Amino acid sequence: MRLPNKATLKTAFLDTVPVMTGYLVLGMGFGVILQTRGYGIMFAAAMSILIYAGSMQYVAIDLITGGAGLLTAALTTLTVNARHLFYGISMIGKYRHVDKKGFLIFTLTDETYSLVCSDAAAEKQEESGGRYYFLVSLFDYAYWVTGSVIGSLLGAHLPFSTEGIDFALTALFLTVFTEQWLSTKRHAPALIGLALSVISLVIFGADSFLLFAMLFITAALALMHVRERRASHE
Amino acid sequence: MSDINVILMIAVIAAVTALLRFLPFLIFKNGRTGPLFIEYLGKTLPYAIMGMLVVFCLKNVTLISAPHGLPELIASAVVIGLHVWRRNTLLSILGGTATYMLLVQLVF
Repeated sequence: MRLPNKATLKTAFLDTVPVMTGYLVLGMGFGVILQTRGYGIMFAAAMSILIYAGSMQYVAIDLITGGAGLLTAALTTLTVNARHLFYGISMIGKYRHVDKKGFLIFTLTDETYSLVCSDAAAEKQEESGGRYYFLVSLFDYAYWVTGSVIGSLLGAHLPFSTEGIDFALTALFLTVFTEQWLSTKRHAPALIGLALSVISLVIFGADSFLLFAMLFITAALALMHVRERRASHE
Repeated sequence: MSDINVILMIAVIAAVTALLRFLPFLIFKNGRTGPLFIEYLGKTLPYAIMGMLVVFCLKNVTLISAPHGLPELIASAVVIGLHVWRRNTLLSILGGTATYMLLVQLVF
């Protein structure tokens, strides 16, 4: 069955509401900080449109105001954003025959990934005649750019206290984690991701644990793969 | 930093970010998933990554000094509890975020 366009729009919009909350707030935070460092709306918009990677844009503010070199900027980006390789690898199959593939890949952020990676999302993509992934990606992109432009315009004059609202993104990932947990009996990959990330964080600290966590997770999954293949050959 | 330097830096950061996003698709082009292990990663990584992202979001929480990560712990419990109870994504996220905001603004 093909959902009509309006229903697809509604589904995609409702699914992205949590991201909207987080992106508007974090985007605004980014715009505000950039503004107070002397870089106005053009810079905020350009960065959000061209880079479109939340945590990296916050780091970029420090790079810019600290006068870092281009090589430092490139290496920092590699480290902070290396996790995007993971998203690509796990979406190769699902994005094989999609329309506007380039746009979908360019806009594959943490949050968009958390919405499109599930099998339920793959079903919605099919029901919508191939429009669901695109709409989710587009909505999220729009929230982020809009948020950073608003933040840049407001400067430091936010009308209400939003302290703690950025927890929306943590809550989003936690919800997806819980949903995945409830929908499968195979908990080893989830436990591997959680445990090895915590261990890496404890050993290597908040600034550099991500790369190690990724290496350890890949190695652990490789071991599982080898063991399962052996088991199925016996 | 001059505007030209800032623009160059934005270009470099944008290019590296895009490269990281496109690389897997460029390597395993033409619809072929490639090695079996990559296919296996495609199936298992979504589960492993969500755990990693949760830790990534909570990486700066300090347990040693007050409030000892309590707001995060309570709000996370609310998210998980709500989700197990109703399995409504929006409710879980809004409930957990509202709890967290109340905790950090009024309680801790």
